[in-house]
Amino acid sequence: MDAFSTSLLALDATFRVSTPLILAALAGLFSERSGVVDISLEGKMLAGAFAAAAMASVTGSAWIGLLMAIVVSTLLALLHGFACITHRGNQVVSGVAINMLAAGLTILLGVYWFKQGGQTPQLSNDARFLSLDLPGVEALAGVPYLGKIYQELISGHNILVYFAFLMVPLTSWIIYKTRFGLRLRAVGENPNAVDTAGISVTKMRYLAVLCCGVLCGVAGAYISTAQNGFFVRDMTAGQGFIALAALIFGKWRPLSVLLACLLFGFLDALAVRLQGVELPGIGEIPVQFIEALPYILTVILLAGFIGKAVAPKASGIPYVKER
Amino acid sequence: MSQNQGMPFWMNAILLPFLNLVTAFIAIGVIFLVIGVDPIEATKILVLGAFGYEEGIGFMLYYTTNFIFTGLAVAVAFHAGLFNIGGEGQAYIGGLGAGLACLTLGQWLPGLLIIPIAIVASAVFGAAWAYIPAVLQAYRGSHIVITTIMFNYLAAALMVYLMVNVIREPGQMTPQSAEFDQSMWLPSMHGLLANFGIEIESSPLNISLFIALLAALFVWLFIWHTRWGYQLRTTGSNARAAVYAGIKPSKMIVLSMLVSGGLAGMVGINEILGVNHRLLLDFHMGYGFAGIAVALMGRNHPVGIIIASLLFGILYQGGAELAFEMSGITRDIVVVMQGLVILFSGALEFLYKPWLMKLYLSVSGSSTAQEYA
Amino acid sequence: MQTSMAIELTDVSKHFGAVRANDNVSLSVEAGTIHGIVGENGAGKSTLMSILYGFYQYDKGHIKVFGKDSNFQNSREALAAGIGMVHQHFMLVEPFTVLENVMLGNEGGKLLKEGRDHARKELTRLADEYGLSVDIDARVSSLSVGRQQRVEILKALYRGAKILILDEPTGVLTPQETTELFRILNALKEQGVTIILITHKLQEIMAVTDNVSVMRAGKMVAHRRTAETSKADIAELMVGRKVLLQVDKDDATVGKPLIIVKNLTVKDDLGVERVKNISFEVRAGEVVGIAGVSGNGQSQLLEALSGISRIHSGSIEINGTEVTRSKPVNPERMRELGLAHVPQDRHREGMVGTFSAYETAALGYHNDKDYNGRFMMSRRKVRDYCAKLMDAFDVRPRDPDLKSANFSGGNQQKLILAREFEQDPDILLIGQPTRGVDIGAIEFIHRRIIEMRDAGKAVLLVSVELEEIISVSDRVLVMCDGLITGEVPAAEADEKTLGLMMTSSSANNDASADAAIGKSEVSA
Repeated sequence: MDAFSTSLLALDATFRVSTPLILAALAGLFSERSGVVDISLEGKMLAGAFAAAAMASVTGSAWIGLLMAIVVSTLLALLHGFACITHRGNQVVSGVAINMLAAGLTILLGVYWFKQGGQTPQLSNDARFLSLDLPGVEALAGVPYLGKIYQELISGHNILVYFAFLMVPLTSWIIYKTRFGLRLRAVGENPNAVDTAGISVTKMRYLAVLCCGVLCGVAGAYISTAQNGFFVRDMTAGQGFIALAALIFGKWRPLSVLLACLLFGFLDALAVRLQGVELPGIGEIPVQFIEALPYILTVILLAGFIGKAVAPKASGIPYVKER
Repeated sequence: MSQNQGMPFWMNAILLPFLNLVTAFIAIGVIFLVIGVDPIEATKILVLGAFGYEEGIGFMLYYTTNFIFTGLAVAVAFHAGLFNIGGEGQAYIGGLGAGLACLTLGQWLPGLLIIPIAIVASAVFGAAWAYIPAVLQAYRGSHIVITTIMFNYLAAALMVYLMVNVIREPGQMTPQSAEFDQSMWLPSMHGLLANFGIEIESSPLNISLFIALLAALFVWLFIWHTRWGYQLRTTGSNARAAVYAGIKPSKMIVLSMLVSGGLAGMVGINEILGVNHRLLLDFHMGYGFAGIAVALMGRNHPVGIIIASLLFGILYQGGAELAFEMSGITRDIVVVMQGLVILFSGALEFLYKPWLMKLYLSVSGSSTAQEYA
Repeated sequence: MQTSMAIELTDVSKHFGAVRANDNVSLSVEAGTIHGIVGENGAGKSTLMSILYGFYQYDKGHIKVFGKDSNFQNSREALAAGIGMVHQHFMLVEPFTVLENVMLGNEGGKLLKEGRDHARKELTRLADEYGLSVDIDARVSSLSVGRQQRVEILKALYRGAKILILDEPTGVLTPQETTELFRILNALKEQGVTIILITHKLQEIMAVTDNVSVMRAGKMVAHRRTAETSKADIAELMVGRKVLLQVDKDDATVGKPLIIVKNLTVKDDLGVERVKNISFEVRAGEVVGIAGVSGNGQSQLLEALSGISRIHSGSIEINGTEVTRSKPVNPERMRELGLAHVPQDRHREGMVGTFSAYETAALGYHNDKDYNGRFMMSRRKVRDYCAKLMDAFDVRPRDPDLKSANFSGGNQQKLILAREFEQDPDILLIGQPTRGVDIGAIEFIHRRIIEMRDAGKAVLLVSVELEEIISVSDRVLVMCDGLITGEVPAAEADEKTLGLMMTSSSANNDASADAAIGKSEVSA
């Protein structure tokens, strides 16, 4: 295959792999910008994935599955909010608890409802999000290069992929151009200033955490009803943490975060192509190494650059009115 | 203003955690109802499974041993202000160390020498697995929570690779090593007691329980009765004051993580030397994460950790019994319980504090308000 | 003469847990006046004002604002009633611009661009009317402290404040900036704004207020017309007894130099030069005071001298040992050389709040052989040592097991001073020794510093309180923008001369910034 087609295929795979990362990272952005650290992106995604697959299996509709995923994820987000905002608990501990709850409950309920050892039944195509062909694909097919790009790269993704990519400029607009965004950023930098301006710090943080829940729900639904057609134990495989690393690497700015997620997606897609490839002197690359690559990459990324990244100043600190 | 001002010690250290625990159990009861299980019935099975028969008690204490190790690990890191979530990976790799010592030295040295070497090896390997995240946090500011979680995944990948390709007993299909010679086995508890004429049911419980208790003693001495423990705690409470005092926070971060990783690695002593007598996959599962719950419940103090470990031993063994007896439940119920304990003992630690404070103030008649001086 | 009351508080009480912060406080503030509220640290002034501002709710009592009964549940309601507050620690979002900070809470629409033009116009109008010029599009983090304070005042005025409360506004200002602030306050008064000034600085009360109320231990103890009272009178009311405002001391007998600083340059974490090529000496038996508003390099100087930071160029000689960039010395070694350090911010550096008092007593000396064996640390011995320290410096309560955070500010500071002084060092670095300390303890601390000096120690004292510097030191150096801009024997020093030496380049920057936006600075 020529280089052009290969790159297109690689990029195409990149978009699909990055989608849950982008959604989760943007979710984390809302939360962390308001000063609430969120380790539980993973747990919310997992719970959302289960809810979507279970609901879609029972009702036959992917959209109802998506709705359920958002509801469940948001409930977990509110729990996190309750612990961190209202009760000023340790935000990392709360995140760890929610991850564990999600991991356990998804299997427990899965076994109870579907009796397949935690897995949900394979979804028929009707109950999944399938790829869409954008208008004009046929008409442009003949155009050199651009037609191919349009057909392979831009068209042919499922709707949640498009949603994820649209969320980036939308998030940017919300954060920088609206009143809500101004207040959100202020709460993350100096909650005292916000309080004395007569704005409720609690309310702002809860709203942020809610946004986080919604986006994580979509990310989870994508994994179980778009990328695949079922839910299985530990489906998220650490993507919630990788999204967190991408968020830090992208310095909590929507566009940089998008690029960081694409980087991960690209390298992940590349790694799959390395399967079975022989390297001189080493022999075949072990499949475990390829599986471990995203995690190795996360560590390298965090090691190389994070010393300089400056989190929102009030990040991780529960707000207590100073005496 | 400190959160703990005004409340007597016993309320803070005993009543609050107790209430948190009760809440967690009520939540579990609700979940039981949702999945169509009678909570009373389930509790009976759970308690009987742990206490009802000798073998059950043995299993319970065997689990407790692991929890003491990982609970201590998390606690030591907490005192330095760090959240070590990598206990899973460190326990796994620690086991690898113990197993490698037995497999490689087994031909040349007598078992009596190998056992202490293997014990040290498990601690060293566990510490080594914590080293890189520690250094990255100390010198690059990389978030230790994320890096240790990544290293958990890496440990799993590494172990699968090693077990399948390198360590697997030749000619076998299952990815596990050859069994160690009996001389390298840690004495089991039922075997030990038999020497004194006491007969108990056989179970995985072995003398590594004593090693765990010794480890708890060591941690208590180290954290509160040495100058390194002092420096560690200072770094964890106020890093700037530590610098002022001539303490190097980066060194303390690395030291605490090495000790923490080493403690988690010692799970290998129990699992590899004491129970399985061979290297295999997934012997470490869940102990690292349970250690977080144990440390939080035990308020990061060795005495509390031992008590919490006992409780979790009961939960684990009882949970296994539940999963065995009831078709609708898997061992994941224990993970849910763990999560609830962490939630109520950790994040919602002070849930009941306002009510307790009001109760305390009104009962003790503390309307003699002190002057705000 | 009928004067209307802007604010009337009657029997207002507030407690936090078991602590009564405000105890039946009554206060009347006449409209269109500048009213001072004085009291020691912890007297309850800030709490009272926070109640007025809606930050806290009172437990008992009545509040009337311009004759209307009020019980503000939050700052929004207080703002609506015309009360604005300028806090001691600014409530500004540093990465935001001035415009964004002012708009926060008053954005004028869901999208920022809707309200921006209006906000800009209104801000400019206010700035002109009250002479509060500032660059609206500048990031707050880039502004000088004096400018940031102006932004705070503008914020309050933008929201329609008719009553302005200022909480300890001059702690971070140079004398020149303070004078400038007073000019602004008088201008505001002329426009009919009522001003409440919370401070513990008696000279400010005398300088700018019309009336003054004194608080002590949560209670309101006196009201005076400023013209009819004096500093000594107010000080006595604040403490309840006659207070010595100056330290009695003999002349210094000076020995050889124990600190020799030569061409010292120190950079901060961001690589910016904060101490620029300075040289000075401190000799045995003398107190050298470094005066200056914080932020002019004093912290970096202390960090370099105590070994916390590495120096960039030049050298320091501590008790005969030379320290350079290539030959650094860490804090532990510095202590071994006979140096003791009382840090500027005890909460951030000098103690660990969650530690018991005896553990704080070991901070910095935790490796001491007196209570350390080969491996073990004897807690009993540390506790005994702490009890000794507490006796020596009258720390109350005498409980080595009490958590450090539960001591009052004065007692915390005394414990830290005891810890450092009782090591019998040759050199003492002391930063802000009486910050957050009540007057009685201040006297005690100043006397102990003089005692150390008389015992032949070399003492370097860094403080933002000019009165303290002038009263305790033998020689005064003024530090401004990393340079030593003047040296005066303490006997010849006064606020005016020191203040002139403290004229910072930041004030010069302010002037050129004004010129850039076409305004002229009214010089002090």
